[in-house]
Amino acid sequence: MSFVWTLAEQHEGRLKAVSYELLGRGRALADKLDTKLASLLIGDGVSDEQLQTLVHHGADEVYAIQDPRLASFTCETYSNVLVHLIKTYRPSVILAAATSTGRTLMPHVAVRSHAGLTADCTELDIEPGTGHLLQTRPAIGGNIMATIKTPDHRPQMATVRPKSSRPLPADPTRAGRVIEVPLDLVLVDERVQARGYRGDAVDFVNLEEADVVIAGGRGMKKAEHFALLQGLAKALGGAVGATRDAVDRGWIGYPHQVGLSGKTISPRLYVGAGISGAIQHLAGIKTSETIVSINSDPDASLHQVADFGIVGDLFQVLNELQRRLDERRRGGEEDRA
Amino acid sequence: MHIIVPIKQVPETSNVKMDPVTGTMIRAGVGTVVNPLDLFAIETAVRLKEAHGGRITTLTMGPRGADKALREAMAMGCDDGVLISDRAFAGSDSWATSYTLSQAIRKLGDFDLIVAGERATDGDTGQVGPGIAAWLDLPLATYVAAITRVEPARGLTVERLVEEGYQVVDLPFPALITVVKEVAAPRLPTLRGKKRAKAAEIPLFTAADLDLEPSYLGLKGSPTKVVKVATPKVTRGGTLVRALDEDAVADAVDQLLAFLDARDLLPTGGRA
Repeated sequence: MSFVWTLAEQHEGRLKAVSYELLGRGRALADKLDTKLASLLIGDGVSDEQLQTLVHHGADEVYAIQDPRLASFTCETYSNVLVHLIKTYRPSVILAAATSTGRTLMPHVAVRSHAGLTADCTELDIEPGTGHLLQTRPAIGGNIMATIKTPDHRPQMATVRPKSSRPLPADPTRAGRVIEVPLDLVLVDERVQARGYRGDAVDFVNLEEADVVIAGGRGMKKAEHFALLQGLAKALGGAVGATRDAVDRGWIGYPHQVGLSGKTISPRLYVGAGISGAIQHLAGIKTSETIVSINSDPDASLHQVADFGIVGDLFQVLNELQRRLDERRRGGEEDRA
Repeated sequence: MHIIVPIKQVPETSNVKMDPVTGTMIRAGVGTVVNPLDLFAIETAVRLKEAHGGRITTLTMGPRGADKALREAMAMGCDDGVLISDRAFAGSDSWATSYTLSQAIRKLGDFDLIVAGERATDGDTGQVGPGIAAWLDLPLATYVAAITRVEPARGLTVERLVEEGYQVVDLPFPALITVVKEVAAPRLPTLRGKKRAKAAEIPLFTAADLDLEPSYLGLKGSPTKVVKVATPKVTRGGTLVRALDEDAVADAVDQLLAFLDARDLLPTGGRA
């Protein structure tokens, strides 16, 4: 069996994008260690065709443990399955996504496997000479980067911040094996029962998986103005985020909150409108690939960490930006027509 | 109901200063507070107690002065506090911390529910809550945004805020949940609560008071080791454009679009 494992994630039978990001990370580590890379999927209903795409993105082997009892994440059963696989195959490295699932499952498994675990890593490498996994992560609200290793325990486990790296391009000619592993029923723990998802949830947003996040702060002045951000998010193919301040004022729901008491995101593009850039908010966005700040205050902290900042009236800027994006879109439609 | 709330004392992050030479946090003169995310756990426990009766024990592992955090939690409505403190626990990672806390919780006897914050704002791992559940083999629900049903002595239903929505989960007691901000807005301590907390006896658990495997403790018992700490560069050396009138706004948006286009961040299809 392979010595580097990544955990694929699925939702309702569809593989999540983060599964491929992890394979890119795992491939680099496996190559440095001159070992094989396996992707593990615990879930239900993922087709063979989809499992093959894990091979195309870097896996040498795919182990799929699929059963209706694994369709929804419950920590106890997933943990039993993973602990059992670790005991059987003794991998050296296991990477999971720093998602709600990964950040619940991995600490549970690490305790039971007496393994070292590092949370929410943004860089991974192999220590020359020893072959130990070097795990680098932001800590203390992103003020420091700590590099951590696990010298004496195996497996070396890490959760990896979603969107902090790109997947490898798909190579349909890559060879690899897909192995279906039946679920051993003694591993099923029925104490916790998943009942599905709340159907009436309004104002929910999947910020963690958005490539573009348009966020608003106190400078947005009122709830109605968040419609401007919704418009831009739609034009740019993204989602709307908010500061704690905006959420506490009731302008937008908590699932939109980014920062220390909200979500940590790492989109390709983050745009902050009317956001001063409190340290607590910056902690949640610092690893974004590109940061844009729009604020009338030239001294706003967000301007300091931005790749591109506009000092000006945010309503004027947002409206002009929307107008230009709409123009571009119409231009594109005419080109195609 | 007996509810246990493990909390952590953390530096006040709004005042964090980094030593530019060593890259470490300057702790001198920095105040400490109850981890802000633990306040939601304390509030959750207090509301459950108000609705269903019982008592709340809060506990923390830290230096001797961490009783201050326990007293703040007691001022909000926790009945008892327990301080877990010993030099042997210093330098614990999340594995060793969750072990030590679990052994302390065993010593407290029967309980129905452990309510923890989602993570601490200094270490930022979120691993201790799930770790305790693993040590104590407790049913676990993380990222709880709402508790929708409580049947004392039987179990509860919660809603977990996850990437795809609110996952509805049933758990039997005893269980462990970690909560997020949406679960409840923390109350301020009352004057009466503060007085009671100030006067309260806080029992101390040292290593000698607990049934512990010595090789599982502190820095030595921690599987993970910090190799290096660095301070990331704060600025990105970005462009700052002033747009103080209408023409300047149009010009600034031009520049922004060109910038985004160069980074391939605009939807494909149209060209301005």
